[in-house]
Amino acid sequence: MSHASTDARSRTWWRENQQKLTPYIFLIPGVIFFLVYVIIPIFQSFWISGFDWDGLGEKQWIGLENYRELFDDDAFYTSLKNNIIWLVLYMLAVPAGLGIAIFLNQKVRGIRAYKSLFFFPFVISQVVVGLIFAWFYAPNFGLFYILIERLTGSGVAILADPDLVTYGIIAAGLWPQIAYCMILYLTGLNAVDPEQIEAARLDAAKGFKMLWYVILPQLRPATFMAVVVTVIGALRSFDLVSIMTDGGPFGSSRVLSFYMYEQALSEYGYRMGYGASIAVILFLIMMVFISGFIWKMVDDERKGL
Amino acid sequence: MRSILSVSISAIAVVAASASFAQQRVVKYYGDFDPAPLEGMQKIISAFEEANPDIKIEFQNFDHEGYKTSIRNFLTAEPPDLANWYAGNRMAPFVNAGQFMDVSDVWEENGLKESLASALPSMTIDDKQWGVPYTYYQWGIYYNKDAYAQAGVDVPETWDDFIANCAKFQEAGIDCVTTGTKALWPGAGIFDYMNLRTNGYEFHMDLANGNVEWTDDRVKAAFAEWAKLVEPGYITANHAALDWQDAAALLVQGKAANYVMGNFAVAVFKEGGMTDDTLGFMPFPTINPDVPRAEEAPTDTVHVTAGAQNPDDAKKFLAFLATAEAQTTINEAIGQLPINKDAKVAEDDPFIKAGFELLSTTEGGIAQFFDRDAPAEMAKIGMEGFQQFMVQPDQLDNILERLEKARGRIYK
Repeated sequence: MSHASTDARSRTWWRENQQKLTPYIFLIPGVIFFLVYVIIPIFQSFWISGFDWDGLGEKQWIGLENYRELFDDDAFYTSLKNNIIWLVLYMLAVPAGLGIAIFLNQKVRGIRAYKSLFFFPFVISQVVVGLIFAWFYAPNFGLFYILIERLTGSGVAILADPDLVTYGIIAAGLWPQIAYCMILYLTGLNAVDPEQIEAARLDAAKGFKMLWYVILPQLRPATFMAVVVTVIGALRSFDLVSIMTDGGPFGSSRVLSFYMYEQALSEYGYRMGYGASIAVILFLIMMVFISGFIWKMVDDERKGL
Repeated sequence: MRSILSVSISAIAVVAASASFAQQRVVKYYGDFDPAPLEGMQKIISAFEEANPDIKIEFQNFDHEGYKTSIRNFLTAEPPDLANWYAGNRMAPFVNAGQFMDVSDVWEENGLKESLASALPSMTIDDKQWGVPYTYYQWGIYYNKDAYAQAGVDVPETWDDFIANCAKFQEAGIDCVTTGTKALWPGAGIFDYMNLRTNGYEFHMDLANGNVEWTDDRVKAAFAEWAKLVEPGYITANHAALDWQDAAALLVQGKAANYVMGNFAVAVFKEGGMTDDTLGFMPFPTINPDVPRAEEAPTDTVHVTAGAQNPDDAKKFLAFLATAEAQTTINEAIGQLPINKDAKVAEDDPFIKAGFELLSTTEGGIAQFFDRDAPAEMAKIGMEGFQQFMVQPDQLDNILERLEKARGRIYK
């Protein structure tokens, strides 16, 4: 008798709370993976950055020594400077993507084919983009090199020039990034309300004013997404640097993520602690942007946008 | 890489399971051979298995670059019995971390201190031997004979002749010295020779071991000799964007005359169409006649891991690999030089012959290579400095100060 009653009670408890519990049960696998692969490693990085460790032998606690060295390391400042150049110049992808999207947003025969051609660089792997541009810039046989040689008499090997190399890599990165922003804007343009445009036209709005006051406000969600993916893309610009220059010549094209990899994991890198301290700095920089984005999203949601 | 590793592990597990039926003992061996050396190693493996029917060598090949990073993982996670690596300071991190096994007994019992004498110093840490070397190759200057004819100059005897030739090459529109430093290490070959020829072997090793300041006047003297090539623009421009194979193409095409390289480059030159009639080899010319001639000859090695399941049979294989017959076989396949002094050297290959004569008459000492003699961190930052010097020679003082700062940190 008593047995049956507890059974009934537990069943009813489950029934009563089913609705409340279900979302958490569905969340558990995602949360576990997020904890194991993202949250816990973040704290591990903080922890490891206090050690001198080659990844094989004994860890040795050195406190903030890694950071002290980092702030006295020219290579770190070069990487930081390059990261800032990346952030600023990568933003060009947003207006350029918008321009192309507006240009392609018309009804002509075969427009789908043109759109997919413009979208193509985003589909291919970053490694392929890097290789294509590396050959494009290659001294003696690269198209770009030969073009400059024809025009000015002497070729410029972009990837061997410490002052130009970062710009050369960013140009390669912009190619797929512009395509990405373009796709975001193209979908956004589909959602633009034709009646508002009609109304604006009746009020004699056209050209830039039409774009600025009527179209762009309606594209706000697309612009937000484009800025977010571009900022993140700029900060994790690792693959192109690795493929095109390997950080060279003599480290002048390094970015923080690449420097971290080099110190901790590459052929000559045996410094887990130092690598982790670079990762921590990169994380803090990213946190500034990430909190900004999250704050804006929460704010929008509250306003019911 | 990881997928290859896991496939190999499961493959080995399957083979190990089936082998145990036949009462065979298994030795797991991980290596990173190119196709030709791989063939040579497989010949040795089958000869060893024939001589020892109760032992099965289970070999797994990795690609070169991937191997250099995955060795750190598999040594700690799931070590094989045998693993390829390199001599000198390059093996020090693994020796110091207790990942390689002391194989002094193999050296002692098989008289290897006699037969492999030339590689003994580079295999010894703390008076113990940590592996067995099976091949090495010389470095030197490979040159295009047609380019010499075109510029109307003779093969130089001395460093001054070499520099004088460079001016003639420049007039003829040919790069006197070519190199491709995108991967950094080719520049270290030039530095090593500048330093070995200016200051000698002892000083070079002291520098690599962190006992001498980088701002020392003798280091500056070596760079001053190097500047004789850099400042007039005798070295291929844009080398920082070139791979070493790209620079090899310039030599093949006759756009460059000389290339400071290792003997493995001969295969690339010949693939490009050069023959023994157009490709020449000379030792790096003497700069300071007062220092005994030292050469650069990196040694490749095989090690027993500390976590080996079957160390006894693994050591048996090392002893076999050290024999004159085995070293003759594998070096014939690779086109390199055996370490064992009784092994035969390919007589019909002029470059191998030249290398053998060069190295067997070296009185100064044999260096491994900058990235094997110096610790990894120092090697990396040093090679970046060498590359920068060849692009911005006016920055020399800054470069040396940076290296000196790194030295203070790395060698504690």
